Amino acid sequence: MSSSTVAMPPTHYLNNGLTLKSWLFTKDHKRIALLYLVAVTFFFMVGAAFAVAIRLELATPAGDLLSDENYNRVFTMHGVMMVFFFLIPAVPAILGNFLIPLQIGAKDLAFPKLNLLSFYIYFVGSLFTMYSIVSGGLDTGWTFYTPFSTVASTSAVVPAALGIFINGFSGILTGLNFIVTIHKMRAPGMTWFRLPLFVWAHYATSLIQVLGTPVLAITIVLVAAERIFGFGLFNPAVGGDPVLFQHLFWFYSHPAVYIMILPAMGIISELVAASARKQVFGYTFVAFASIGIAVIGFLVWGHHMFVSGESVYAALVFSVLSFIVAVPSAVKVFNWIATMYRGSVSWETPMFYVAGFIGLFAIGGLTGLFLASMGLDVHLTDTYFIVAHFHYVMVGGTIMGYLGGIHFWWPKITGRMYNDLLGRVSAVVIFVGFNLTFFPQFVVGYLGMPRRYHAYPEEFQVLNVLSSAGASVLAVGYLMPLFYLAYSLKYGAIAGDNPHGAVGLEWNTTSPPPTENFKTTPVVTWEAYEYPTPVEGHVV
Amino acid sequence: MSNAASVAHDEQPHHPRLAHHFESLEQQTDSSLFGMWIFLATEILFFGGALMAYMIYRRWYPDAFALASSHIAILPGAINTAVLIISSLTMALAVHAAQTGERRKILFFIVVTMILGAAFLGIKGYEYYEKYAEGFIPGLGLEFRFPEPEYAKNAQIFFSIYFVLTGLHALHMIVGLGLMTWMFIWVKDGVIDTQYYAPIEIVGLYWHFVDIVWIFLFPLLYLIGRHVHHG
Amino acid sequence: MADHSQHHIVPKSTYYLIFTALMLGTGLTWWIATIDLGAMNNVIMLSIAVTKATLVILFFMHVKYSPKLTGTVIIGAVFWLLIMLVMTMNDYFTRDWLHFG
Repeated sequence: MSSSTVAMPPTHYLNNGLTLKSWLFTKDHKRIALLYLVAVTFFFMVGAAFAVAIRLELATPAGDLLSDENYNRVFTMHGVMMVFFFLIPAVPAILGNFLIPLQIGAKDLAFPKLNLLSFYIYFVGSLFTMYSIVSGGLDTGWTFYTPFSTVASTSAVVPAALGIFINGFSGILTGLNFIVTIHKMRAPGMTWFRLPLFVWAHYATSLIQVLGTPVLAITIVLVAAERIFGFGLFNPAVGGDPVLFQHLFWFYSHPAVYIMILPAMGIISELVAASARKQVFGYTFVAFASIGIAVIGFLVWGHHMFVSGESVYAALVFSVLSFIVAVPSAVKVFNWIATMYRGSVSWETPMFYVAGFIGLFAIGGLTGLFLASMGLDVHLTDTYFIVAHFHYVMVGGTIMGYLGGIHFWWPKITGRMYNDLLGRVSAVVIFVGFNLTFFPQFVVGYLGMPRRYHAYPEEFQVLNVLSSAGASVLAVGYLMPLFYLAYSLKYGAIAGDNPHGAVGLEWNTTSPPPTENFKTTPVVTWEAYEYPTPVEGHVV
Repeated sequence: MSNAASVAHDEQPHHPRLAHHFESLEQQTDSSLFGMWIFLATEILFFGGALMAYMIYRRWYPDAFALASSHIAILPGAINTAVLIISSLTMALAVHAAQTGERRKILFFIVVTMILGAAFLGIKGYEYYEKYAEGFIPGLGLEFRFPEPEYAKNAQIFFSIYFVLTGLHALHMIVGLGLMTWMFIWVKDGVIDTQYYAPIEIVGLYWHFVDIVWIFLFPLLYLIGRHVHHG
Repeated sequence: MADHSQHHIVPKSTYYLIFTALMLGTGLTWWIATIDLGAMNNVIMLSIAVTKATLVILFFMHVKYSPKLTGTVIIGAVFWLLIMLVMTMNDYFTRDWLHFG
């Protein structure tokens, strides 16, 4: 563990070049990760601001704060910013970028310049979307269903759609980079089944990004063609089918949710092993479960269309497959818990986020099964039950995992330790605030409150007030890390190479690492999680 | 990639184009080619989405599609198909010349490929103008005039898909011309040699892919109803 | 895994042969299009297109001389496209069904 006699390494990736140019034109995957960290955090706050507006409006039954049209814009932009500019890039572009080369023993990703290009593409995409916000915002829902989005909406559909289109390429190129890196750049001895599960999770995620995002791209092109040129591809007036849009859209957007959760699951595997100081139970099963989620996740998209007019027979097939896709996720949850069993678990901040993730993801995932059942879904679709379900998996799952990872690897990224008591307190505040915000939404949704409405019947007010109150607690929880993490940059204890005593190549180099990651290329002769006692001499 | 314990590779002579994060030119070449293939996989899914729209609507409106297709002049489409196939040959020969180190031949074949690509775009431009003159553009505020009025509505869908597919294809060709210009400059400046010609191969892969897309678009768009309506 | 096959030089005669096959295939496709063979028109023309594409992939794009991973990428992408097409058609083909099966 770290001691006060540990010193920062004299040169590392942060002080190797101090000009703005050395940051904005960097090819170092670690610096690019930090560029993303700044941008992603900013867009999270934009999305959160829209959430504040939503919860303020919904604190009272009447639609008094925002008109119905403005409310449409607010929840749409909340969804767009959070899904495309926060949840999808956050873990891969920040922690994935930073850690994958380190964890496989490489000097950088396969295509460093492409990595920087990915960042700038993300940035340009965000400019288009920000432009759409200031020109009144999009009002179609983040799902921009046709024919409303193509024919009737008078909002900034094209700029927003273009922004998402451009942003998609950032994800595709990052996924491409990760796949090539993991195949071709592993250090000697780093075989596939010695890879950390974080890497397996990102490999599976990258497969989804590469196979799914292009379909989103063509879907947006078709919508833009209809809006700009008047080509009636989804317009019933010339015989177009709006449901075709939904097939194309959800073919990507369902696997997209696995893009959001798989990297967070990868984090959890790492944190569980390090905190329990134990080999992950069923390593091979967890690795293959990641691939399984990625593959089966492409077969279930029709469960978003049970009431849209798809055939009952197709709905049946999608329903059965949606039950099956839960299995690999369940395998992972069981394996994490089995890893903790009889491990010597140390309850520091990352472990708090692990516990939160496992509980909240379990609830979110199980409620997904309710929704996979066609009969139930007919009642629950387009209600707050759906909203609660996806917030449990995306916020209770992904964001908890993301924060756990940021905390766990903070010493490696910055060379500093944060105040762990504050870390644990804010994790608890987030957990409490989250449940207070979203659990009432399950109830109110089941009772019939529809989503995307700015007003609701009076009998739902108590639950909505609870939810809005919870949101303010959650906001406090999210703000706290900003402060103590920033404080640690200047005043935190020096971390040293391996403050957690964890196993993994990233811990075999300095904190922060040098620009080239390792002084000499590591040669790997040990298995993935050699706890509790690392084999003599494996630390390079 | 190396299977022995490898340390800093500074002892071996460096090819000037070997990037510092790779252990060898071999690893770099393999990675670049693999990366381009993954990109082409994304393109298959991209065009695939538009092809799915085509499939669905052709199944729904077979007569409108056949009629609309028969009103497209077949000769320019057939010539363009031949032009692209020839350009694929010349592109393959450019890569071949790069492998054997024949610099002037590489330049020659790149230029010929570019001329053929430009010819394709010229013919396409002429076809687009024809559509405009005949009133087959289903949007842009223009009047859509279809000879068989009872099929006019659904024929608009055919032409929407026609313009989306051929338009995207043409955009990809323009990008291809840009990539070939870049390669021309690199070959001229001596950046490419018999050890380092992966960039030419990669541009070649891209160009062949664009050819393959057209190989499918030709029968799907031009030849649907030819046996029924000898338009 | 050092793999030297990516430097394999395909003889020019192979390229000319493939080129000839592609041009013949194009001519054949055009000719078939003018004869009424009913449903077989589509099948034959698409089969020719698939064959032409395969020839371009194997020889012009050197996949025949490339590592297996390359072939896996292509087959994976095509398979994924088929997933999208087949499962969507599963909806469209069964919209008229009022009962299961």
